[in-house]
Amino acid sequence: MKADKKKLAVWKFASCDGCQLSILDCEDELLAIAEAITIAYFPEATKTVVEGPYDISLIEGSVTTPSDAMQLLRIRKNSNLVISIGACATAGGIQALRNYTRVAGYVQQVYAHPEYIQTLETSTPISDHIKVDFELRGCPINKYQLLEVLSSFLVGKRPNTPSYSVCNECKKSGNVCVMVASGTPCLGPVTQAGCQAICPRYYRGCFGCYGPKENPNTTSLASYLAHSGLANDEIMRLFRSFNSAAEPFEKESRNYE
Amino acid sequence: MSNDKKTRTIKLDYIARVEGEGSFYVKVNDGKVEASQLKIFEPPRFFEGLLKGRSFREAPDITARICGICPVAYQMSSVHAMEKICGFKPHPTVDSLRRLLYCGEWIESHALHTFMLHVPDFLGYPDAIAMASDHKDWVVKALQLKKAGNDIVNTLGGREIHPINVKVGGFYRYPQKRALEQLLAPLEAAKAIAQQAARWMATLDFPEFNFDYEFVSLTHPEEYPMNRGRLISSKGLDIDVGDYEAHFEEEHVPYSTTLHTNLDGEKIIFTGPLARFNLNYDRLSASAKSLAEEIGLKPGCTNPFKSLLVRMLETYYACEEAMRIIRSYDYPSEIHDLVMPAAGRGEAVTEAPRGILFHRYTLDDQGFIHNARIVAPTSHNQKVMELDLRGIVEQNIGLDDAALGELCETSVRNYDPCISCSTHFLKVNIDRG
Repeated sequence: MKADKKKLAVWKFASCDGCQLSILDCEDELLAIAEAITIAYFPEATKTVVEGPYDISLIEGSVTTPSDAMQLLRIRKNSNLVISIGACATAGGIQALRNYTRVAGYVQQVYAHPEYIQTLETSTPISDHIKVDFELRGCPINKYQLLEVLSSFLVGKRPNTPSYSVCNECKKSGNVCVMVASGTPCLGPVTQAGCQAICPRYYRGCFGCYGPKENPNTTSLASYLAHSGLANDEIMRLFRSFNSAAEPFEKESRNYE
Repeated sequence: MSNDKKTRTIKLDYIARVEGEGSFYVKVNDGKVEASQLKIFEPPRFFEGLLKGRSFREAPDITARICGICPVAYQMSSVHAMEKICGFKPHPTVDSLRRLLYCGEWIESHALHTFMLHVPDFLGYPDAIAMASDHKDWVVKALQLKKAGNDIVNTLGGREIHPINVKVGGFYRYPQKRALEQLLAPLEAAKAIAQQAARWMATLDFPEFNFDYEFVSLTHPEEYPMNRGRLISSKGLDIDVGDYEAHFEEEHVPYSTTLHTNLDGEKIIFTGPLARFNLNYDRLSASAKSLAEEIGLKPGCTNPFKSLLVRMLETYYACEEAMRIIRSYDYPSEIHDLVMPAAGRGEAVTEAPRGILFHRYTLDDQGFIHNARIVAPTSHNQKVMELDLRGIVEQNIGLDDAALGELCETSVRNYDPCISCSTHFLKVNIDRG
């Protein structure tokens, strides 16, 4: 290990592993990444553990158990930069649907012995618990955005990840608007870009994997959908999926309960 | 923690190179194993709970989030279960494209597991990147192989992780033939890599360990199983997947958030590539059979460490199968893929890269999910992993703790446990007292 190489750690909380898998999915870039950075802690990929402190900690997953918060404090103390990756880490993930109900009901439904299960009432993003230096959105994250974020921090610049909407990306891709042309409900106008407007390219509406864009007008979109004949519960469920705990989506979904 | 004491504990608090969080604990007293536990401490996410009240059309997108490594498997089991409830039979082109998508996931997941998670054990490296310092050529080829699988999922599914193109009934957009044909050249190269890799992996040292397992997999008269068929075992089970719940039961143990699955009361089952191979050898292509023969694999193999070889054989087969599907594909100019909801209950089992994945749903007449149950491959294999840990420790009791612990870890990786599938779902400890 060269002394001047930055140390990277990858941490996991409640999640599907998909966002950290994005690192291993960089088939063309993985060996170059390993040349540029010391992968100091990344249990999904290696047994090797290099002691902290770490230059960059990537955190995947949301906070759902009593011990998570303490672990996060240790990570923060031991890391120069903390970057949360993916919808679980930035907005609580799909498991934040528990925030709208009593978690005890879920536990009883799934487990024969609820007393063995330790879980919190809510699933919350990392930034609710510690200071986060940068949040990379997506369910899952886009690996090219991850490469942009890592290389930017390595050279000391702010990453260039757009905060505009999926609509912008969709127009640039030259897609036909699915909402205008075929009346398909689409969260594109209020969802942050990053996926290259993938769903409209496949003739379906955006379902909000990247969470709310900067200053989203969710109210306007929701009332447009209502006028177009979408039932209240459908509007509620549209806002209430992988980023249901992101404030603008949460608030709008409550208007249609 | 030394050999001269009567009791020994062998434990590993965090198993690396598995997808998710787990540990193991084995307690030995007077040379006899008293306990072997595979602990999953992956925090539960309660998918069955949060699916309640969602539309049947949302199930493929929501259940994909159970696992970032094998989202296609979750999408496949969910769409099949929903179509069964709604009495819908998908178009043959949809069946072929689903099989193609599954081939992509098998290739990508098997390449990741064999080269990046499992082979480093056999060669004594902490990871694939360290392995690259001596075997760069193999690591580069492994990444190329993995990419060929991901390219299928990407092209057909829209993206590698959590594809967006799968819906109940079919696909949102059907690929143009020429888009699929672009996958042929990389797949041809990938097939050659898988063939070389299978030959190379066959030269590795495999621990001598055998057990009379009950292997369980899907089986189908016309094809090596992925999306359809009956559920059979090496010891006489032969059922329709609709009868799954009459035979398979889950047990909740205090030390794990993954439920443990038993067959017919107390039987321990083994699912995954080795089970599929043993039970469906006849359905492999002629060239896959001859590769199996060349690398010394015969049906009836009972050494779980040989799962590594079977994974590479299946990778080879999946490359071949994907090319076959692409060549015979015609863009469907007209396709009926709109499924109308119906009340009822339906089950499906598909073959995830790591074994059988069961989904069961109950819907109301509007198509809202009233009830869901999902049993992941790792849950099916949880008991057999503990059984192996016990056997490995007993047969290798003379080894020191470090060597024994490493052997235990390798044995857990035989099953490619994917612990994130803690819809309701690992860590290593050997206690010599």
